[in-house]
Amino acid sequence: MIKSKLLNSLTRTLGGIGYRMTERIWRLGAGARLFFLTIFYSGESFKRFHLTLREIYFTGVMSLLIIVVSAFFVGMVLALQGYNTLQKYGSSEAIGVLVALSLVRELGPVVTALLFAGRAGTAITAEIGLMKTTEQLSAMEMMAVNPIARVIAPRFWAGVISMPILATLFSMVGILGGYIVAVPLIGVDDGAFWSQMQANVDFRLDIVNGLIKSLVFGVACTMIALFEGFDAPPTAEGVSRATTRTVVISSLTVLALDFVLTSFMLVI
Amino acid sequence: MDLWVGVFVALGVAALLGLAMKVGNLTSSQIGPTYSVTASFENVGSLKPRAPVKSAGVVVGRVDSIVFDSKKYEALVTINIDKRYAFPKDTFANIYTAGLLGEQYVGLEAGGEDDALKNGDKISQTQDAIVLEKMISQFLFSKASEPKPDGKEADAANKPTDAKSTGVKKTELGDAPF
Repeated sequence: MIKSKLLNSLTRTLGGIGYRMTERIWRLGAGARLFFLTIFYSGESFKRFHLTLREIYFTGVMSLLIIVVSAFFVGMVLALQGYNTLQKYGSSEAIGVLVALSLVRELGPVVTALLFAGRAGTAITAEIGLMKTTEQLSAMEMMAVNPIARVIAPRFWAGVISMPILATLFSMVGILGGYIVAVPLIGVDDGAFWSQMQANVDFRLDIVNGLIKSLVFGVACTMIALFEGFDAPPTAEGVSRATTRTVVISSLTVLALDFVLTSFMLVI
Repeated sequence: MDLWVGVFVALGVAALLGLAMKVGNLTSSQIGPTYSVTASFENVGSLKPRAPVKSAGVVVGRVDSIVFDSKKYEALVTINIDKRYAFPKDTFANIYTAGLLGEQYVGLEAGGEDDALKNGDKISQTQDAIVLEKMISQFLFSKASEPKPDGKEADAANKPTDAKSTGVKKTELGDAPF
């Protein structure tokens, strides 16, 4: 009797683990399938570009403010912290290099992607989840309009186009913030700040690699947001859970991808 | 709405241009058309491709490639020099270090010949990179092997006070110039 109870609970636990694993793998497969379908049906989002343009406005332009303001503060903090340590070694002129490299290589793409997931990704998930809940997607299908071509693909391309632009702006504004703290406030030499930066930041190895990173993050964040919205259970709770999951999964994916991409890029 | 998207994209392009021009070295590293010459070194230290080639402290070119010559067991360095600058055939190529531990670069010292280096020429006079470990070991060996000046007297004088060899060694290392 006791033995069978123990056996029961054991099988239930194992079954639960197995269920969760298969569910995760199922989600991964469904997400990949949605990704390929999006690519496949993305012709329309370029033929009728106003659809994509509208989404660029909502994901890109509307994220501008949070990106610019946070970039400014990130740059200022980097300059302050960097100066604090660098002046101990008598190389406070290297602060320009420090700010520029850390922004262009890492912080620009990564922080932008995290903010993007929070600002635009959640909006995408909630919108599509609600569209599904109110059966707008089914209605489209009834009218022989492919919801992937009409709803998913324009949002996908809007996110992919917006992310590199936002990340570049983040780096530029962050460097300006660092400049404002370093040169007028602390009193680092203006010429040394820029010339050291120019001598040590490489266009191909640093700026283009940062752009590649932001492009990959853009694909990942947008696709995760779209899939979570598309897959959300059609209830109020389901949409709210999907929105939370978008932020969590996007952030983790971005950080993990960042490590992988960096380890590829730093090999010389 | 279209206007805002246009402004957004324009801002992005402007930021990229700003990064490329003001932050990156797209403008400063631009050296015009080049000609390439080779030089072989016994040891290039940590010289890397794209390292600067300087003459009198001015960047005149960049290192193109570094390959190992398996016949002579030497490193064959190809450098690109800006076409504006001509160097005599007997130019001397050294590998220097910027600062004490900085990055390494190729320094060219012009010779006195009339003929100029042409594309594909080889610089015959070279000097290898200075490897710090080699220098230290050479210094220590030379110190150890050289006969001590008036050694007997000094030893005799020292023996009663600090006969321990460790004390003597310490001061020797402390006298090292690095």
